[in-house]
Amino acid sequence: MVQEGGTAEGLSLPRLALSTKTAGRWGDQLFRLLIRASALALLLIVSGMVVVMVRAAFPSIKAFGWWFLFTSTWDPVAKHFGALPLIFGTIVSSLLALVIAVPLGIGAAVFLSEMAPSWISPAVSFLIELLAAVPSVVYGLWGIFVLAPWLRTQVQPALGSALGFLPLFQGPPYGVGMLAAGLILAIMVVPFIIAVSREVLLAVPDSQREAALALGATRWETTRLAVLRYARSGLIGAILLGLGRALGETMAVTMVIGNRAEISASLFAPGYTMASLIANEFAEATSDLYLSALIEVGLLLFVVTVIVNALARLLVWSVGGAVKEVRE
Amino acid sequence: MKAGIRRGVNAVMACLTALAALLVILPLILILAFLVYQGASAVNLDFFTQLPKPVGEPGGGMANAIVGTLTLIGLASCLGLPLGILGGIYLAESRDRCLPWMIRFLADVLNGVPSIVIGIFAYTIVVLPMRRFSALAGGFALAVIMLPIVLRTTEELVRLVPASLREAALALGIPEWKVILRVVLPTARAGIITGVMVSVARIAGETAPLLFTAFGNRFWHQGLLQPIAALPLQIFAYAIAPYDDWHRQAWAGALVLIMMIFLSSLVARIVTRGRYSGLR
Amino acid sequence: MKGVQGLYKLLGVLVAALLLSVGYGGGSVSAQMLMNGAGATFPYPIYSKWFDEYTKVDPSVRFNYQSIGSGGGIRQITERTVDFGASDGPMTDEQLKQAPGELFHIPTVLGAVVATYNLPGDPKLRFTPDLLADIFLGKITKWNDPRISAVNPGVALPNQPIIVVHRSDGSGTTYIWVDYLSKVSKEWEQKVGRGTSVNWPVGLGGKGNEGVSGQVKSTPGAIGYVELAYAIKNNLPAPMVRNQAGKFVQPSIQSTTAAAAGAAKNMPSDFRVSLTNPPGDDAYPIASFTWLLVYKNQPDQAKGQALVKFLWWAIRDGQKYTSDLLYAPLPPQVVKEIEAKLKQITYEGKPLLAAR
Repeated sequence: MVQEGGTAEGLSLPRLALSTKTAGRWGDQLFRLLIRASALALLLIVSGMVVVMVRAAFPSIKAFGWWFLFTSTWDPVAKHFGALPLIFGTIVSSLLALVIAVPLGIGAAVFLSEMAPSWISPAVSFLIELLAAVPSVVYGLWGIFVLAPWLRTQVQPALGSALGFLPLFQGPPYGVGMLAAGLILAIMVVPFIIAVSREVLLAVPDSQREAALALGATRWETTRLAVLRYARSGLIGAILLGLGRALGETMAVTMVIGNRAEISASLFAPGYTMASLIANEFAEATSDLYLSALIEVGLLLFVVTVIVNALARLLVWSVGGAVKEVRE
Repeated sequence: MKAGIRRGVNAVMACLTALAALLVILPLILILAFLVYQGASAVNLDFFTQLPKPVGEPGGGMANAIVGTLTLIGLASCLGLPLGILGGIYLAESRDRCLPWMIRFLADVLNGVPSIVIGIFAYTIVVLPMRRFSALAGGFALAVIMLPIVLRTTEELVRLVPASLREAALALGIPEWKVILRVVLPTARAGIITGVMVSVARIAGETAPLLFTAFGNRFWHQGLLQPIAALPLQIFAYAIAPYDDWHRQAWAGALVLIMMIFLSSLVARIVTRGRYSGLR
Repeated sequence: MKGVQGLYKLLGVLVAALLLSVGYGGGSVSAQMLMNGAGATFPYPIYSKWFDEYTKVDPSVRFNYQSIGSGGGIRQITERTVDFGASDGPMTDEQLKQAPGELFHIPTVLGAVVATYNLPGDPKLRFTPDLLADIFLGKITKWNDPRISAVNPGVALPNQPIIVVHRSDGSGTTYIWVDYLSKVSKEWEQKVGRGTSVNWPVGLGGKGNEGVSGQVKSTPGAIGYVELAYAIKNNLPAPMVRNQAGKFVQPSIQSTTAAAAGAAKNMPSDFRVSLTNPPGDDAYPIASFTWLLVYKNQPDQAKGQALVKFLWWAIRDGQKYTSDLLYAPLPPQVVKEIEAKLKQITYEGKPLLAAR
C-alpha cells in the first residue's frame, strides 16, 4: 500500500479501480467542465461587481464628474455631493493607524521571529491570530464604552492643555472623533501586520542569517543587515496590507468617528470615512442621485483598496520564492 | 566598532523590540479580558432562549440572533463551499495557460474588497430584484466573502498531496475525476477543513454587508426569503442605543460571538496539527 | 470510505444545521404571516409595543419593524422591499411621484421633539427659538453664553463648550426639528433648509433617536434633539421652549395635543401637515404627527387585509398605549377621517375593509 505521510489510511485503490467501468473519459470531461465553471464563477462575481456598481454610480458620475473627488460638501437637501471629506477622513484615520501600528507591529514581529527564545514565538503568534479574528463590531463596542470615554475625560484634555497650540489638538474633547478612529484602527490592524511581517521574515532563507552570524555579527546586526534588508519589500507589502485592511474597516470606525462629513485640522474633531458613510446612509438615501452618489463612493473605495492590495501582494510575494498563501 | 558597543546596541534593540511586542500584546489581552468579564457578567439563560423585548423594557435575549447567525453561516457555506472547493481543485489541477493565473489574482482582489462594498453588490443583485430583504441576500453576501478564502486554501492543500499518490491511482486505471474526488480530496481534507473554519470565523463576525441584506428581525425568521436577525447586527443596534439593559446584552452578544469564532479557529488549528505533520 | 465521508460529513452537518434552523424558525411559528416594515425611530417605542400587543389580538400575523430612520422608511417603501414604511417627515411631492403607486400617509400618533442636554448638576433650562437656532448654527458655542443666562436667570451654567449632536441618518425627527428652525430663523432657512438629511453647520452625528440619545447621555456638555419618550426613558431633561404666543411650554402629552388642536380642524385630505410653531398658549412648538406609509393598491390580498386590520386597531384600540410612552393620542376628528381613508385601501380595485 502507498504510505505517504500517514494519509493513505483506508484508501483501497484496487477497489476503486475495479469500479470504473463506464465512468472513464466521459466523467473526466464533465468533471473538468464543472471545475472550470466553478472557477469562472469567481470571474463572474468580480466582473459583475464592477459592472453593477459602475452602472449604478453612473448618474452621479455624469452629474458631478471629476469634481466629485474635490468638492467638500455632502448636502443631500441641495443634492450636492462631494467626496473630499470622506476621502480625507479615510486617509487620515488610516494613516494615523499606520503611524502607530507599523513601528509597534514590525518591532513585535522582529522580536518574535528573530530575537525571542524559540518557545515564545508559536504561543504568541497563536494569540495574535486569535486577536486578528475578533470582529469589528466587538472592537467598536469596546471603543464606545471604554476608549471614547477615556479619551474624553483623560487623554484629550491632557493633550489639549499640553499641546493645544498645535492645530492638531484643538477643539472640544468629544471623545469620539478622528483620534478615536485612528486608535481603534491601529489596534485592529496591528495583529495583522505582525502576522504577515512574521511570515515574511520567516521566509528569509536561513543561509542569509547563518552567513552574517558566521562573520561575527550580533543578533541585531544579523537582523538588520541580513534579514530586514532582504525582506524589505515584503515588509512594505505587509504595511500595505495593513493599510488595505484599515481603509475598508467599517463598523468599529462608524461607532467612534462622530459621523460628520467635514475636513478639520484637529484630531479631536469628528470625521467620516467612505465606509462608515455608506453604512449609515445607504438604506436611507431618499433620492436616486443620493443613492448613486453613495455607490460612487463605494466604487471609489473598491478601486483604492484593490490597488493597495494588489501592490501589497506583489511585494509580499517577492520575498521568498514560493507562492505563500497569506491567510486573512 | 568596539565589540562592547555592538553588544550594547544589540541589547538595546532586543529590549526595544521586546517592548514593542509587549506594547502590542498587553493592551490586546486587556481588551479581550475586559470583553470576557463584561460579557460573562451579562450572560444569563434568558439570553440564549428568549426573543428581544419591546423597546425600553428590560430583559429578553438574543436567541433569534444566535440562530440567525448560524443559519447565515450555513447558507453561505452551501453557496460558497462547493464553488470554492471545486474552483480550488481547478486551480491546482488544471493545465490551462492563463485562466488559473487570472482566477488567482481575482481571488486575492476579492479578498481585499471591503465587506460593505460586497453588501452593496448583494443589495443590487439580490434584494432589489426580489423586492425584499432576506436571509438569502445575507447568505449570498457572506458566500462572496468566503469564496476566495476557501478557494486559495483548497488549491494550496490539493497541491500538497504527493504526486506519487495520484500517479499510483491513475496507473491503476482510475479515471481522473475519481482520483481527485476519492483520493486527493480526502487526503487534503484536514487542510480544507481548516480553510472552511477560518472562513467561517471570518464571516461570523461580519456586520456591514448584513446591514442592508439580511436587515435584522426581532422575531424568529420565517424561512430564507425573509429578513433574519444576526448576532453582529443586534450587537451594533444595541451598542449605539441609550438603554442600559441593551448595553448589557450587547456585551453578552459580543462574548458569545467571540466564543463562536475562537472555537472555529481552535478546531482549525487542532485539525491541522494532528493530521498534517506529514504533508507540511 | 473514511476519507470521503469525513469531508462530505462536514457539508452534510452544515446543510442539516441550515435546514434545522429553517424548520425551527418556520416551524415554531407555523402558518404565521410576517409583515415587514421599516422607518422612523421617532415612534419606535410605541410601534414596538403595538406589534407586541397585536400578536395577542391576532396571533396569525407578526410585524417585524426595523427602526432605520424615516429616510430609510421612505426609500424602502418606494422600492417596495418592505410592506409598509414609517416616517415623521411627510414625503415631498417629488418623492411621491417616484413611488410606483399611490402612497397614503396614515397618521398614527403625535409626538414631541425635545432639545435634550447633558450638564453636570442637572440644571433645569429653558430655551427660546432663536437660542436653539443659533446653537445649532454654531453661533453660540459655550454653555455660559450671556444669551443663555438671560433666558435662564439664577441658573449656574458651566464654562463648557456646547457639543451639538444631530442625526447621521435620514430622519423624520430631523425633518420636524429643521422645519421648526426654518420657521423661527430666517438664517437657518436660507443656510440649511429643510429635509430628512441636511448639511449641518456643526455637531456630531448619531444613528437614530437611539444614537442621539445615547451620545447625549454619555457626553457631558452635549445637546441634541430627540423624541420625548427617548429623553424621559433615559432620564434626560425635556426642557421648556417658548412658543409663538410667548409662553414657555413644557413638552408633554397635553401640550402636544394642544399643538394639534388647530390643525385637527383643517386637516388636508392626505394628512400631510406640519404642526411646528403653532398658535395657542398651551401648544408645544415642536410637535408632529408620525405616519405609516402604505400603498393605496395593495399587491397581496392576505397581507393587505392584515395591514388594514392592524391600522384600524392602531388608530382606535392602540391609542390607549400612548400615554404610558408619552405620545399624544390622535384627536377624535382625525380618527374619523383616517377611518374613511382606510376604507379606500384596495386590492385589485376592491376595498379591503368591507362593511365595518
